[in-house]
Amino acid sequence: MAEYLALVYSADVDWWAPEQADELAEYRQFAVQNADAIRASVVLHPTSTATVVRVQGARGGPVITTDGPYAETKEALTGFYLIEADDLDQAVAISAELPAARNGAVEVRPVIASR
Amino acid sequence: MVGEFDGLAETVRVEGARILATLIRTVGDVQIAEDAVSEATLAALTAWSVTGPPPEPRAWLTVTARRKAVDMIRRERDRAGKERDGLLMMELSRSDLPPDGVMHDDQLRLIFICCHPTLSPPTRVALALRTLCGLSPAQIAGVLLTTEAATKKSLTRARHKIAAANIPYRVPSEPELADRLPAVCGVIHSLYTAGHAPLDSADLYDIDACAEAIRLAELLHVLLPDQLMPTAVLSLLLLTEARRPARLDAAGTVVTLDRQDRSRWDAPAIARRIELRNDSLLRSQQQADAYQLQAAIAAEHARATSYESTDWDEILRLYELLLSIAPNEAAGLGRAVAAAEAQGAATGLALMGDLPHTARWHAVRAELLARQGRYAESVGALDEALAGGATRADQEFRTRRRAELLQMAWPD
Repeated sequence: MAEYLALVYSADVDWWAPEQADELAEYRQFAVQNADAIRASVVLHPTSTATVVRVQGARGGPVITTDGPYAETKEALTGFYLIEADDLDQAVAISAELPAARNGAVEVRPVIASR
Repeated sequence: MVGEFDGLAETVRVEGARILATLIRTVGDVQIAEDAVSEATLAALTAWSVTGPPPEPRAWLTVTARRKAVDMIRRERDRAGKERDGLLMMELSRSDLPPDGVMHDDQLRLIFICCHPTLSPPTRVALALRTLCGLSPAQIAGVLLTTEAATKKSLTRARHKIAAANIPYRVPSEPELADRLPAVCGVIHSLYTAGHAPLDSADLYDIDACAEAIRLAELLHVLLPDQLMPTAVLSLLLLTEARRPARLDAAGTVVTLDRQDRSRWDAPAIARRIELRNDSLLRSQQQADAYQLQAAIAAEHARATSYESTDWDEILRLYELLLSIAPNEAAGLGRAVAAAEAQGAATGLALMGDLPHTARWHAVRAELLARQGRYAESVGALDEALAGGATRADQEFRTRRRAELLQMAWPD
């Protein structure tokens, strides 16, 4: 068994908006169907709520924050799943069921350690 | 003697690549297995250049590689204080060869991991050359026209991904095969193409990528005899290969199809391959795949005794089928040429409109314009073709052709 993080890249939406309800339901259905494999899942607020944090100079230096996402892209990180699978083939098969695999992209990364 | 040594080196490399798959499964560690095989092949080269190859080179290499692997595992165990499985050590101390069926499965596993769809296509080709063909990073760099350092880096990255992401070492199940075979066949086909159109530096290296590709295609065909795609790729490669000797003249310049000396084609090979292709077509109940269609086109060319007697209508029909299932630039140009032969240069030119303006596009356009007597425009098109990249042989051919066309355009 190995762990993979399936990073969901999709349009930078507000999942709480009523027009997202149908798609959100699809994600819930995915989570139910793959409950055995999913170790954790996270849904994110849109990047407009993001804050980028940097410390200037050495540790303890001034904390500089900027409003908005780290990088402006058409597709944004909107959530992720921690998946347990036998191998990459299985992790890919599970990730392919995510709506983002059709209307965005899913990046599957092997995990070194999680808790 | 050099030739004899090359033959020996070739045997050692090919046999070494064949036993690697089984050793990887036994040891469960690609790096140890590869190092053991490469030490065994070195030992073989030293020993056999004196005694000549033993009656069963594969058995000799297998036993030697197993011993090397045992040494390496012991060294590692001593260093890391690890206990290794006693069963593994027993397996490695055997002196018999595994049964053919087991070796076949090992080979297939290795082929499918090298050509895994989650690896980039160039990485698959490099891995296949390293692992399935037993080439060194320097030789791979020569075939793929990159540097040894870049090849090493990409191989290391690929191995790390295979291990970290846990890409499975198994043969895909029957229903999965249809999804997985195109990647494998793609590797074999692009390897052949790389060898078929060597750029300047390629002839400095002694590796014939075409021969390696054909060997892999034959292996895949033998391992998966019921699958149509490997049969189609093999017949496509062999039909193309049979015509290769006539492609360049003694000076190494390109000879176009209409001027090739067809007696230099390998006629018996062509007849055998057409049979193989027909067999593959008979067995395919569904629509033909892209390789079958390309093989069919190659067979049409190969069976024609002269350029004039080529069945261009049939070739045009095949290109149209090919474009309907796998649209690409080369097929588009092929259709334009076939249409020009079957229906006249104007039809061919009209079909070229939408295609990307590559060097080859300009070169084909130049020939079709020349057919219509538009020599000045033809020279212009060849200038465009020469400005783009191409192999040295192609560049020389186009330069010479340009001079001919210039003479036609302005006879004085």
